[in-house]
Amino acid sequence: MNLIEPLVKVVLILAVMLTLVILLVYSERRISAFIQNRIGPNRVGPKGILQAVADVVKLLMKEDIVPKNANKPIHDLAPMISIGVAMSTFAVIPIGGTMVLLGQSVRLMLADVNIGILYILALTSMGVYGITLAGWSSNSKYSLLGGLRSSAQLISYELSMGLSIVGVLLIAGTLQLDGIVQAQSAYIGGWLPAWNVFLQPVAFVTFVVSAFAETNRLPFDLPEAEPELVGGYHTEYSGLKFGLFMLSEYVNLVVASAIIVTLFLGGYSVPFAEYMNLSAQTVSLIQVLTFCVKTAGVILFFVVIRWTLPRFRYDQLMDLGWKVMLPIALANLVVTGFILAAFS
Amino acid sequence: MIMTFETVLFYFLAAASIASAVMVITRRSPVMSVLFLIVNFFSLAGLYLTLHAQFIAVIQIIVYAGAIMVLFLFVIMLLNLGDEQRLAERISYKKMIAVGLSFAVLMEVLYVVAYSGTEFPTKNLERAVEIGTVEYIGRELFTTFLFPFEITSILLLAAIIGAVVMAKKKID
Repeated sequence: MNLIEPLVKVVLILAVMLTLVILLVYSERRISAFIQNRIGPNRVGPKGILQAVADVVKLLMKEDIVPKNANKPIHDLAPMISIGVAMSTFAVIPIGGTMVLLGQSVRLMLADVNIGILYILALTSMGVYGITLAGWSSNSKYSLLGGLRSSAQLISYELSMGLSIVGVLLIAGTLQLDGIVQAQSAYIGGWLPAWNVFLQPVAFVTFVVSAFAETNRLPFDLPEAEPELVGGYHTEYSGLKFGLFMLSEYVNLVVASAIIVTLFLGGYSVPFAEYMNLSAQTVSLIQVLTFCVKTAGVILFFVVIRWTLPRFRYDQLMDLGWKVMLPIALANLVVTGFILAAFS
Repeated sequence: MIMTFETVLFYFLAAASIASAVMVITRRSPVMSVLFLIVNFFSLAGLYLTLHAQFIAVIQIIVYAGAIMVLFLFVIMLLNLGDEQRLAERISYKKMIAVGLSFAVLMEVLYVVAYSGTEFPTKNLERAVEIGTVEYIGRELFTTFLFPFEITSILLLAAIIGAVVMAKKKID
């Protein structure tokens, strides 16, 4: 078995992802400062770009405090589940086509499994354990409430998320993420790229809203709503374990954006690239670049939304999930099915 | 006998599933039981993967570990069943019957495996690869097993309506 290639890929993906997260934390703080008419971090390094590094060092040096009556093993386990699940989701996302490196053609994804989408859904459904167990094991009422809220929220929005994916699957006819990207590289009417955002606009909206809820971002950050719950599920965490929760939150954001790009925005495909007579090597480089630019765009959208909309109330959150998002996603699925059946 | 990678994996997963199953029933704290049950589901999913049943493996994780066990955990946390004193049961006739029945089943299984000379179907990998795919399962569900499939969905619908009715009653 050739173990070197996957290992190199794992290390590369982890390195790129962690760098992205550091940049993301910095840009989020600067953008929020810009939106709120402040300056933001600008002291550490040029323009404050090393602020995130300083924060990490601070978290590393801090004492790890575990509450007296906490369940120690589970208290330790919870952040590990969170970060592990968040990071391993990236394994099935294609960041480019095939690239020729050192005389070998290399697929630019870690694992091309037949059931890529289901793998992602399975891991997202695991993510809830990290938060729920963190809330329960801390033995504090704020944490417990945060954990309970989060499990209810994640279960509710998982449904509309899954249903909006099914519409995309019906069009692509495969569960493989690479196949879904390739299905999107065609054109509608000869000029509009056949991205699913144009073919499935309703599913796109429901998916993005559910992604906000699944990543616990404002306006859906009920599990850690500061004014009501102090800090929610990670109230009793400190030092590195708190850092891991923060990290997994941002990794989740990066992964969610990458999934949105892959499913709805054409993934790594570049529209009209085949008309430009580029060499295969250039095309694959442009593809990777396109994927990064698209993902960064979606991340920026998430950040701007966070500092624009206020938080929902808990009953509004549940109403939106069950009474609005779920019926819309179901109706979209039925309509898509009928149209596909009529035209095939 | 040379152990192939698959055989080693099988024994590892089988041992993990048995060990976690034992832990589920011996833990005092219900939350720990739930966690070990999740470990058990994961090792079962691993066993399905060694049989090339990718779809079943992932569905096992999504449905059981991801949805049902979250609800279990949710209920346990809401009811705060952490207090093991209240849960402790004295030895009763129920327990005695349970022990007797499980012993009988164990003996039966051992007899079938070791003495009766039953021929077990050998694993046919070429066919397994074909059966485990999403396409195959979907086609079978909507052709061969259409009737059971429809019946199950009506059953689930009835359960949902029942839950809604019961939840409504309390408010009035």
